[in-house]
Formats: sequence, structure tokens, C-alpha cells
Amino acid sequence: MKTFRITALLAGIGLLAAACGTSVPSGALTELGDGEGELNLVIWVGYAERGEVDPGYDWVTPFEDETGCMVSTTNMNSSAEGVQLLRSGEYDGGSFSGNASVPLMLAGDVAPVNTDLLSNYANVFAGLKDKTHNSLDGVAYGVPHGRGPNVLMWNTEEVTPAPTSWDIIWEDAGDYAGKISIFGVSDFIADAALHLMVKNPDLGITNPYQLNQEQFDAAIALLEEQKSHGVIYWSDAFDQITTFASGDAVVGTSWQFQANTLAGGDPPEPIEATVPAEGSTGWSDTWMIAKNAAHPNCMYLWMNHMMSAEANGQATVWFGEAPTSEAACNYAETLSPGHCEQTHATDEAYYDKIWYWATPRADCGDEDAATTCKDQDAWLAAWAALTGS
Amino acid sequence: MTAPNPVTIDPPVERSLWRRVASWLYSRPRTQLRLLLAGPLGWMTAAYFGSLLILLLGAFWTKDSLTGKVIPFSWSLDAFGNLFGAEVYRTVAFRTIGIAVLVTLTAVLLAFPIAYYMARIASPRTRRLLVVAVVMPLWAAYLVKIFAWRTILQGNGVLEWVLSPFGFESSGLVELVNSWLVLTYLWLPYMILPVFAGLERIPNSLLEASADLGGRAGVTFRRVVLPLVFPALVAGSIFTFSLSLGDYIVPDLVSDTKFIGNIIYDNSTLGNVPLAAAYALLPIVVVIGYLLVARRLGAFESL
Repeated sequence: MKTFRITALLAGIGLLAAACGTSVPSGALTELGDGEGELNLVIWVGYAERGEVDPGYDWVTPFEDETGCMVSTTNMNSSAEGVQLLRSGEYDGGSFSGNASVPLMLAGDVAPVNTDLLSNYANVFAGLKDKTHNSLDGVAYGVPHGRGPNVLMWNTEEVTPAPTSWDIIWEDAGDYAGKISIFGVSDFIADAALHLMVKNPDLGITNPYQLNQEQFDAAIALLEEQKSHGVIYWSDAFDQITTFASGDAVVGTSWQFQANTLAGGDPPEPIEATVPAEGSTGWSDTWMIAKNAAHPNCMYLWMNHMMSAEANGQATVWFGEAPTSEAACNYAETLSPGHCEQTHATDEAYYDKIWYWATPRADCGDEDAATTCKDQDAWLAAWAALTGS
Repeated sequence: MTAPNPVTIDPPVERSLWRRVASWLYSRPRTQLRLLLAGPLGWMTAAYFGSLLILLLGAFWTKDSLTGKVIPFSWSLDAFGNLFGAEVYRTVAFRTIGIAVLVTLTAVLLAFPIAYYMARIASPRTRRLLVVAVVMPLWAAYLVKIFAWRTILQGNGVLEWVLSPFGFESSGLVELVNSWLVLTYLWLPYMILPVFAGLERIPNSLLEASADLGGRAGVTFRRVVLPLVFPALVAGSIFTFSLSLGDYIVPDLVSDTKFIGNIIYDNSTLGNVPLAAAYALLPIVVVIGYLLVARRLGAFESL
């Protein structure tokens, strides 16, 4: 009965909006029906919890009870993997960072979203809407989930004093040789480029994702030097948690999720994480619906659910990222006081220092035809050469 | 007596059709055989070779560099160009083949004494126990065994606990030597069993004849036992070599190094299917070559 009321309400809102003459992007759902009973998602680890790790964090079960859409998820280890998973055609949608969402939009793998059908969309911070990573020509292709920086994580017993700079994994990598844990996907080249942006301004890097040959070579050289100190590459978040828990790694690049899991574990590990003064790479994630989603109504219900105060509040506290609305912020505060302040939820100046994951493009992503940059394939090949040999 | 009741007879049309087919087939044994094999062979061709063919076709396709989408039937040799252009793929190939050879040789050295004891020295009761002991690890799941090795090899793990009193420190889960160790452990039973079977087949009379003719243990081993058991060793090596060559989970989980399989997996999950498919040709060619050599050495008679 409850299911019916909710969907009827949503459908009503949709009809009302349509009646008011709002234009619906072509290819988007025009009317919301009942849930199809099933929903298959590609997610980042920790984006769909059902209380199995901590009973206090469960935003999937209430959704299933309410809508009847049974949720199955597959974790992606990198954006490029997420793109391939969605393209397999087995998923209704997923949570994508900028370096997955843009290729998916450009290739037509995801459908535009009729935000009029989503009652919670109006509450989302305006600063998160209509961005290049979630919209194309002003048309929304998804709804915001949360954003945050990649962090520097360390073992407080082994690493003293507490690091305040990325230098510890670059110039000073020798200090903790063999015990450095590094995000093992090609996107990490941007972290090297970001470090060069600060340390070597002569290279003229203005965007760590759009590098010309000289800048790219410098970033790879920096990564090779780092590797020579003996680093452990991780791609699975739980793999990294294991290496920190066992003491094989004592410092490295991570997400707040791993730091929370380790510090809040049983027994708690002496782990802390920070964003050094130089800034960091990061992400701003978007829930998107696959173009030929088998369960579009469930996906719309899910997107709306993930913008609700309860779900977004819980999910963003759980992963350690910024909530997307005032209501979600208030809810998050009840779980983790000070959460919105710590994650700088509304602080656009803070996020100016965070370079969201983006796709490297041959045209550098700018209007200037004279500049050429190393594209995604070059990044993947260079990464394979770095880690394979 | 009662007359036969015509109602109990099956409808004549159906019965005679079945009978006609049966009698038609009866006189054609080759057709019978073909029909019998059509199912399994058809499945094998369509499902196995078909999927392999599609995979290999992918090696000649191109992809859009911005969206990363593969464009089917867009013929090009770009993938092979990239493959031959980069040093890393040669390094990885030599590393993988080298480890596969090393695992095979280690397995031979470890398996031979065990198999010899089982086949020729142990009492029937001990032999049965040993066969069970060798087969037992195969009952446990592959991943469970790898994770067990992780707990042994990782920092603060069992190995470090045992060795630390002697001043050794674990190098953790990064060393290539870990892959060699774990792969040898995983595939050892596949070497022991064929060698055991091969040794068991050698008649005692041959060993006695060698002794009667003045052959000492070393000579008998070199000139009688080894030539007779050699095909079995090659048969076992097919398993250890090709299983090691194709493995990508062990190197990833215990040694943080890349094998051929990791490069293929990485590229296919990251969307570079043409490169993955092109690289997949290498282990196929290597294993086919290995099997051809093994056949010449008589390994298939020992399987």
C-alpha cells in the first residue's frame, strides 16, 4: 500500500510538472510507474550498505521495503572498470565519477534524467547541479551523490610526526620504503601531475588531467622514482585495508572510507587521514541511468532515494564524503557531529583545490586547437608499463 | 478364452513412425554415431570455439579513444602495433613463461620422490593414505588456499612469526618469489598423480633385470626408470605449465606483480579489448606449441 502511495505521489508530481509545460529531455522517462521489483547497480564500494557491517548504516533495506525493488550491486575498482560494467548491459545504472560519467554521456550509454520526476532533486545544493561531469548541453544525465578528496592516510604509531604534505609519498618516499600504499589505477598519474604543479611550476601544468608530452613524461618519471622505493599498488579498497591492518603499509593514498573502516574497526587501528595543504585529486559522483535500463522505474526511485536526507546522510557519513543537500547535512550531523563542516559540504572555495577525476583528452578538453594532450589510452598504456615491468 | 482386445494396442501411426526411424537407423551405424555426437560436438564448436573466435576477432578492431568504446568490425592492426611497441609486454611475457617453467621444474623435483615412494616403496595401506593426502588439497577451493598463503606470507604473518627469532623479516606480499611458491603448491598434485601412475606401471622385472645385468641404482634410474616415466613427467608438466601460464589471481594476490593474465584482465576491464585479445594470442600459441612437443614425447599416452 505504501509502495503505491509513494509511486502515485511521484507520478502525480511528474504529471503536474509536465502539465506546467516543463520540457522533458528527449530519451528521458516521461512518467514514473511502479517499480519493476529489481534493480542492478554498478557502485563504488560502500555506496549501497544494508547494515551488514554496521547495523546503524542501512539505506538499502528501507528502499527495498518501500519500493519492492530488490537491489543487487557490483563494486567497481576504477572508473574505467565501471564504464565497462555498465556497457555490459546488465545494469540499470550506477554511481560514476567524472572520468566515467563523461565518456558514458558522450557515447550515449546513459540516458538523460527527467529531474521533474525526482521530488528530492529540488533540495540538492545548486552548486552541484549542471556541472560538466553530470550534464551535457544543460541537460542533466544524473543526480549528485556526494564529493570528496583522495586523502593521505597513515599509521600514527609508525609515522611520526604526522605528515602534512604529499612529499612523504614523493620526494621523501625513501623514509618508508616498501611500506607505501598507492592507488593502483592510471588516474593516479594526475596525483603526480598535481604534485608537479606545486613543485615544478615551470612545467606549466594548469590541469592535472590534461598533460602535454613534456608534462606527462615528467609525471611518469616522478611515478617511476616513487616505484623504485618499493610501493604497494592497491585497486580494491579492502585489499588496502588488509595491508594497513597487517602493517605491510604504513602510509599511502586512500579514500576516507578505508580510514573510517580501519579506525572504526574492531580492534581500532591507529589510522588517520588528511588532505595536505597542496590540495588533492578527488571525485564528485553522479547516479546515472543506463540508456536501455531494464528497470527504469526502480532506478528513478533509487536516484530519488539517494537524494533523501536519510539515505544521503548515511551514505556520505559512511564513505566520508560531502552530503548533497541541507537536509542530508542535518541528518548526517545526527550520525557524526561536525560531518558537514569536516567534508566542506557547501565550501566551494575548498573544492576549488580538489581536482575531480576527469578523462584525459587528446584535445586537452579546451577550445585551443593548437594544444594536444595525452589521451586516456596513453594514460592506460603508460600505467601498464609502469606497474607491469 | 477371451479374444485379444484391440483397444490396448498403441495408436498404429505413432508406433510405426518410431519403429521406422529405429529400423532405418539400425542399418546405418555411422548415422547413429553422428547423431549421438552432434550434441556435444555442436556445443563444443559453438560455445567454445565460437567464443574464442569472437575474442580473437576483437584483436583486429579499433576503439574510440575518447569514449573508450570498441567499434566492431573496424579492421586494424593497432592493437598489435601497441603490443610490439611497448617493452612492458615482452617483460611480462618472459616473466610469466619463466615462472611457469620454474614452477614445472620445481613440481617435478618435489613430485618425483613422493610419487616414487607411493608407487614402489609404500605398503598398500600407506599408499592409499598418501593418495588421499595428495588429492585432499584439491577439495579445498582455489581462492581459500591462496588466502591461506596470504596469511602465511603477509607482514606479521605465520612466516614472519616462525623466522623472526632467526633475524628474518617478511618481505610481505610483493615479491615475485611468492608466486613461484604458491603456484608450485597449487599445482603439485597435478604432477604427482601422473608420475605416480607412470611409476606404478613399470614392471618390477625390468628393475630386477637391470640389477642382474650389473646396473647399480643410479644406472637403473637413468636408463630404465627415467625413460619409462618420462612421458608421465611431460604429461604432468602440461598441467603445471599451462595452469601457471594462465593464472592471474595468484600473482595479483600474493606478489603484486603482473603476469600475462593480469595484463589481459586489466585491459579487458579497462575497455581496451583489442589489446587484451591480441595479447591473449600469445599464451594460446605457447600452449599449442607445448602440446605439440608433448605429443611427440608421448605424453598423451600417459594421461
